[in-house]
Amino acid sequence: MRTVQIPEATTVGQPAERVAWNKRHVLDLDEFSRQEMEAVLDTSSAMKDVLHRDIKKVPTLRGKSILTLFYESSTRTRVSFEQAGKVLSADVINISSGTSSAAKGESLLDTLLTLQSMAADVIVIRHPSSGAPYLAARHLGHASVVNAGDGTHAHPTQALLDAFTIREKRGRLEGLRVAIVGDVAHSRVARSNLWGLTRMGAHVVLCGPPTLMPWDLLKGRETTPGHPFGAVEVELDLEKALPDADVIMALRLQKERQQMGAIPSLREYARLWQVNTERLALCRPDVLLMHPGPMNEGVEISPEAAHGPHSVVQEQVTNGVAVRMALLYLLCGPAESS
Amino acid sequence: MSSEDIRRALSRIAHEVLEHQRGAQDLVLVGMQTRGVPLARRIAERIKEFESIEVPVGALDISLYRDDVSLRRSRVRPTDIPVAIDSKKVLLVDDVLFTGRSIRAAMDALTDMGRPKSIQLAVLVDRGHRELPIRADYVGKNVPTALDEEVQVRLVETDGRDEVVIQKGGGAP
Repeated sequence: MRTVQIPEATTVGQPAERVAWNKRHVLDLDEFSRQEMEAVLDTSSAMKDVLHRDIKKVPTLRGKSILTLFYESSTRTRVSFEQAGKVLSADVINISSGTSSAAKGESLLDTLLTLQSMAADVIVIRHPSSGAPYLAARHLGHASVVNAGDGTHAHPTQALLDAFTIREKRGRLEGLRVAIVGDVAHSRVARSNLWGLTRMGAHVVLCGPPTLMPWDLLKGRETTPGHPFGAVEVELDLEKALPDADVIMALRLQKERQQMGAIPSLREYARLWQVNTERLALCRPDVLLMHPGPMNEGVEISPEAAHGPHSVVQEQVTNGVAVRMALLYLLCGPAESS
Repeated sequence: MSSEDIRRALSRIAHEVLEHQRGAQDLVLVGMQTRGVPLARRIAERIKEFESIEVPVGALDISLYRDDVSLRRSRVRPTDIPVAIDSKKVLLVDDVLFTGRSIRAAMDALTDMGRPKSIQLAVLVDRGHRELPIRADYVGKNVPTALDEEVQVRLVETDGRDEVVIQKGGGAP
């Protein structure tokens, strides 16, 4: 029996087999639509299943080469990309600036072109200068570029894993209040999270000393209609920001970027801005405490809070591998999705 | 195929499985995402009706095992198989058997999860045009098709109604 039917314009509930994704590079989340972020988060949950298997290996990216190029120190981000690539069966090569030709004075662009000529499919780059991955993306004809942190500008893969962690724990991002606490101005994690969280409909509250607020990003938001951060709140009193928060994101105080005297002393900073057990007692009982790491325990977060029942810091690390697997998978698909 | 045809085909498959496997001992049904999953659940329901045995049902996504990752970006769905498949008789369930490449990928995925005693395959529709030496053990209906036709299986669980239709000019496999 053969029923031939005219194709219908819409098929009820038929899930799309292809993913909403049309990117060659991952530079920052301001370039991500909500659909694209959801595509990453959905793919990440499937990837996380693979990490929990006995055999943590799937053949998906066999024959693809991933290069990590780090001009700044890193443990979790670099290893996370390496692990993500290896679980997907890609070949991963790690380069750090100290042992590369950068030490002999080769320019960033020449290093990148050299690596592309060695048939890298994805180049993961971390650089102390904001914008370095954009330079890479502009000049590389074949390879995909992933920003693994550039200066004080952006760290999109961290923000995606933060969004994934919140969504996994709370089931959604829409309508949640997320307090980002501490050195927001120097934090590329916070900046990417601002884009990602607001795009997903979360309500962001920035909390920290006024000298460490990202006033450049917030400029004009009260007067400009449609400003991307129009709904972002700034709260200069930590104890006022805590009681309503669903999520607290403590940020590392970037001691290496504190030469201009934004804070009087570490001790005073810890007294005013540390997330600790006493302050967690002001929060909702189910509040999530996050930190992108590395933590300065005793400065922005107390050891008891960092390892306490609210903390999801270790899960963030696992989720980081899953999210990076998802991104590598999406980037290594066909050049243009139809 | 109408919803009645689908119902009868699944009942027959359930009977054939029980006959060939001599019962449902050690049987695990694994539906392939997306539409194999509800089909596997339905076969498990029939087996329960006929023999009062509860057979475990899992879901398998093969996106990460496909051989065409550079050609298509498939949506990765969850894989969830509730029991260890070691020494079990796995019955893979899919809606349409076409080139056989998905089944090849599914077998790779299953062998990464353990060492089943056997893997068998049940499909609702076999439309021909195999590109690999793979055949189904249980077939709802053999439907000869042209390469440019598209076989669409719609199920209540995923599409709101039960039917199998063939569309002209569906295009790429």
